[in-house]
Amino acid sequence: MIGDRRRLDWTLLVLFAGVPGAALALDEPYLLDLFARVLIFAIAAVSLDLILGYGGLVSFGHAAFLGIGGYAVGMLYQHDLGSGFLQFPVAVLVSGVAALAIGWVSLRTGGLYFIMITLAFAQMLYYLGISLKVYGGDDGMRARRSEFFAPIDLNDQTQFYYLALAVLALSLWLGRRLVNSRFGLALQGARSNERRLRVLGVPVFRYRLTAFVIAGALCGLAGALFANLNEYASPSTMHWTRSGELIVMVILGGVGTLTGPVLGALAFVLLESYLSEALEALASGFGQHWQVVFGPLLVAVALFARGGLVGLLRPGRGE
Amino acid sequence: MSGAGLALVDLSKHFGGVIATDRLTWQIAAGELHALIGPNGAGKTTLLSQLSGELSPDAGRILFDGRDITALSADRRTLLGIGRSFQGTSLFAEFSVLDNVRLAVQARAGHSFRFWRAARQDAALNQAAFAQLREAGLDHRAQATAGSLSHGEQRQLDLAMALVGRPRLLLLDEPMAGLGAEESLAMVARLKALKGRHSIVLVEHDMTAVFELADRITVLVYGRAIATGTPADIRANAEVRAAYLGEAPPAGERHAGA
Repeated sequence: MIGDRRRLDWTLLVLFAGVPGAALALDEPYLLDLFARVLIFAIAAVSLDLILGYGGLVSFGHAAFLGIGGYAVGMLYQHDLGSGFLQFPVAVLVSGVAALAIGWVSLRTGGLYFIMITLAFAQMLYYLGISLKVYGGDDGMRARRSEFFAPIDLNDQTQFYYLALAVLALSLWLGRRLVNSRFGLALQGARSNERRLRVLGVPVFRYRLTAFVIAGALCGLAGALFANLNEYASPSTMHWTRSGELIVMVILGGVGTLTGPVLGALAFVLLESYLSEALEALASGFGQHWQVVFGPLLVAVALFARGGLVGLLRPGRGE
Repeated sequence: MSGAGLALVDLSKHFGGVIATDRLTWQIAAGELHALIGPNGAGKTTLLSQLSGELSPDAGRILFDGRDITALSADRRTLLGIGRSFQGTSLFAEFSVLDNVRLAVQARAGHSFRFWRAARQDAALNQAAFAQLREAGLDHRAQATAGSLSHGEQRQLDLAMALVGRPRLLLLDEPMAGLGAEESLAMVARLKALKGRHSIVLVEHDMTAVFELADRITVLVYGRAIATGTPADIRANAEVRAAYLGEAPPAGERHAGA
């Protein structure tokens, strides 16, 4: 089963690697942008799956870290610090520290309260972003692509795309190692039966907090890439609907599988783009209501593919 | 390995107006199997939870091996050598039987902040887990899902997990409940084998088992110990017979009837 997942990971990564070539052949440079977006959301969704899928902690504020990573890039750029060697580590570090603080408080609660408190923290950061007039208020701020050394140039769309792909590959690899390690077993044990795990001698809080920080830091890295993709960092990235979208990607693809969230991000971003385009063609102005069609699709997956898209790819073996 | 002693001093626990533990002072000698009996609602499970650290008492102290552990969390107490099995079992139901015991083994090995190596290919972990399963007679079920085991097997697994790391004090909450006649005999035999190797607090409603296994028995009624003594003392105690009338027949009569 683990072997199957690894094979699916590789298949997906190889397919993603072929996108720049396909975009060139089809003369559709837009595809490269679209798929870079897929990869970045895939990284964020994989990071969320670590705590939601394996930890059983439904964080409804994960987009906060996407925003923090983006703001790290944007704010440093505003102060003429455009080096990626500075921006990326700072994005990861600040997101990790924010996750430590948010997790420290949130993880003392459970269930519905955890959902509400993570949501509240993310909304607080969203409004903080809006109130920061120096950094563009609710418009956000411009941020050029991060600078790396000579041969690497993120202004080159293809290079940027492969950087995002490398980060996703690394996330999947590290995530896979993590969930199969002793740490991962303890994290899943806490999801399954917290009380028993505690009585077996495991201080559950510390394990959950560590997972929360790892997930936050990784999502911050995705945020840094997202700001690079858009050449923009804005508070809207942290809005609670974005956190909801990340949850949808994880569940749509298959919760607690790591591969599933990648599929979920792919499906979500492509549907968002092509559904709205198709609906716009059908009736002008209808494109923005793409979720009218997306909603029922989601319901169908929830009803008929309990293991998510990953379950569909391997019938009878989902979950 | 013959266990460690336990002493409670004036332990009290209230839930609103309900007194679950009433200024309980109580001692268990090292290596003793001490049964805790009493009618439903007497506060037996609440007491076990205070001993394991899942509930904290309102007042009083708990001494384990001479050390005050009243303020220690459940996980710290486990690492000091207190193991607990649960009423109605408490497993990681969707995990394999082996993974259940693996978790217990890695928990007792100190911390689990190991992010890199695959836990399931960890030879030390696997060997220790398998040894525990073999002792519980569950090694042939290692790969089965814990939730799919029979009730008796789940009981044995629950106990096996509590036994990891050879706790000096074992807290057993109704290990016989819901077992068939044959499974009950197997459990009694298993507990007999454990006797003397650990100090054991046994909460149990099966009086035949209690009188067969216990060195001493304490009768708990409304959070108070109304009697403590050897099985013979308890059987002869008039107050105990009175407290049990209408609840469970005193052991002597049950023996006579069965």
